[in-house]
Amino acid sequence: MSLTASRTELGADLALEMYRRMTLIRLFEEQANELYRSAKMPGLTHLYIGEEAIAVGVCSALRREDWITSTHRGHGHCLAKGAEVGRMFAELLGKEAGYCRGKGGSMHIADHENGNLGANAIVGGSTGIATGAAFSAKRRGTDQVAVCFFGEGALGQGLLYEVMNIASLWTLPVIYVCENNQYNEYTHYLEATAGEILARPRAFGIEAREVDGQDVRAVYGQTAELVERARGGGGPAFLLCNTYRYHGHHVGDVDRAYYRTKEEEDLWRSERDPLALHGTWLEEQRLATPETLKNTELEARAEIGAGLAFALEAPFPDPSEVTEDVYA
Amino acid sequence: MPELTFAQAVNQALAEELRRDDTVFVIGEDVAEAGTPFKVLAGLVDEFGPERVLDSPISEPGITGLGVGAAVTGMRPVVDIMFGDFLTLVMDQLANQAAKTHYMSGGKLKVPLTLRTTMGATRRSAAQHSQSLHAWVAHVPGLKVVLPSTPADAKGLLKTAIRDDNPVVFIEDKMDYAVKGEVPDGEYTIPFGVADVKREGEDVTIVATSSMVRVALAAAEQLETEGISAEVIDPRTLVPLDRDALIASAEKTGRAIVVDEGHQSYGASAELAAVIAERAFYSLDAPVRRLGAMDVPVPFSPPLEDETVPTPETVAAAARQLCGRT
Ligand SMILES: Cc1ncc(C[n+]2csc(CCOP(=O)(O)OP(=O)(O)O)c2C)c(N)n1
Repeated sequence: MSLTASRTELGADLALEMYRRMTLIRLFEEQANELYRSAKMPGLTHLYIGEEAIAVGVCSALRREDWITSTHRGHGHCLAKGAEVGRMFAELLGKEAGYCRGKGGSMHIADHENGNLGANAIVGGSTGIATGAAFSAKRRGTDQVAVCFFGEGALGQGLLYEVMNIASLWTLPVIYVCENNQYNEYTHYLEATAGEILARPRAFGIEAREVDGQDVRAVYGQTAELVERARGGGGPAFLLCNTYRYHGHHVGDVDRAYYRTKEEEDLWRSERDPLALHGTWLEEQRLATPETLKNTELEARAEIGAGLAFALEAPFPDPSEVTEDVYA
Repeated sequence: MPELTFAQAVNQALAEELRRDDTVFVIGEDVAEAGTPFKVLAGLVDEFGPERVLDSPISEPGITGLGVGAAVTGMRPVVDIMFGDFLTLVMDQLANQAAKTHYMSGGKLKVPLTLRTTMGATRRSAAQHSQSLHAWVAHVPGLKVVLPSTPADAKGLLKTAIRDDNPVVFIEDKMDYAVKGEVPDGEYTIPFGVADVKREGEDVTIVATSSMVRVALAAAEQLETEGISAEVIDPRTLVPLDRDALIASAEKTGRAIVVDEGHQSYGASAELAAVIAERAFYSLDAPVRRLGAMDVPVPFSPPLEDETVPTPETVAAAARQLCGRT
């Protein structure tokens, strides 16, 4: 089904679809980790596991033609905006069939047809791009909105403050979604972030809210309101989503005890898991049974398996392609 | 002499300078407990504490500007910029501030700042984590630029950089960190502006920078089996540049190839080739050849990325051609 939604209340179909999307992201990332561990994937990748409710909650409140910009931890955003599993795996493996014909890899997947203007390997690097997309929507008289995903680490980058000022001055339809997973690489964000996070956007007169990033319905609800507001000319907003990444900063970051405890990780996994929380709610509301949820997972697993097989078999680009695409 | 990795040699140089001079401090993202993502600074915070090995927010222009201000007021900061690609973010502080302060103040203010960063492709890190941007900084008068190729050079040159009264950009190839080499015991420094002949030869000069020195040495080995004797010379510092050593080598062999991992067009290889062409012209038997990285953003896909950088094979092929042995 389509993820299109302009209403802020949550229907049963959408609630189930959100569960499916989160499951797909979780399984995709587990498989990406496996590709790394079995040395099938070149380079490193940053897993989104634990943060699924943000991408899915936010993107469920967007239309296909709305834009997002993403980060180095971008697979979740990409899938939530509608990308195909097979072409994503192909990109992770550097194959011709990948979204960027192998030229971008994990940190640069862009999926223009679904409104994804691209992941970004520069922290804060896409804040200007999202703001520019919002400017363009307004100038061209469409009612598209732009969502800028970034980690709390990007709060250190000056560019963010330049563009938030501009977005507010010119009432641009952009929503800055700050995914606070607590850590900038290997440093707790409180060691790198002075003052209040929400005071930053508020200083520019930007509507700023905070939401539990493990609660997909709450993320969806807040985003839907902010999107409606932006579409209607209400201007930019900032949504702070509190979350946690279960795995290391990247797949190779396995020994983490020097910067965070195993107990902390276990607590988030066991008490705050976005899939488990939403699954329980679906059952409580009698929108799903344990069996339907299990089936959803099995279907997602099959989709992942098929996509992976496609990507593994796909050919590498021909070396001669290296000089293509430098200029348009 | 003990064997150290390149990373250990950098670590030792920093430790020694932190020990010897209270005004030295290290600042960067994840430099303390994490010891950087490359683990190059591991253990420094344990000895020198978080006041002298400072984890910063992800604010490259901020910490570089802070470094300039601290330097101009009597400290010797070592700013760690994780990936050379982020030089683009700090360019104003480096090029407009650090580089020009001494000159604009009529020689009154000094900026003894060291900025350490990285370069180098083939790590499958794609276009924003693989660039070799040394030519950008070497183009700015007022900045010194160091590209060490061995653990021993890295240690001696980094100590010189920290003691220098000018802003120095010190660029380490990520592919070199695990490479081992002999490092002299005890205290030593290596002066800037002195090239090092890494291998002597008679038939062709290969001028190589950073990790391309290893590539050139591998090519020289291959060429030797074919009866071509290659000399490999490493300028070690792009600014100041030991022009005389490059010219002397080219005059001796009569042929020169420059190998550098920056993009070939408008790059460091162009400057090095021009120095030789201008001053050794009448001793040359063939035009100077340049081998740089392809003029494309670094692609992710391995078969594409491998095309973009000079290899022992492409260097040896160029040498054969220059020596008329195709
Ligand atoms: C400008 C810039 N500085 C540093 C880095 C290296 N780096 C990559 S991810 C990261 C941490 C980012 O933290 P955050 O924004 O919170 O995102 P998270 O990884 O937690 O999702 C850093 C420092 C970078 N890619 N870009």
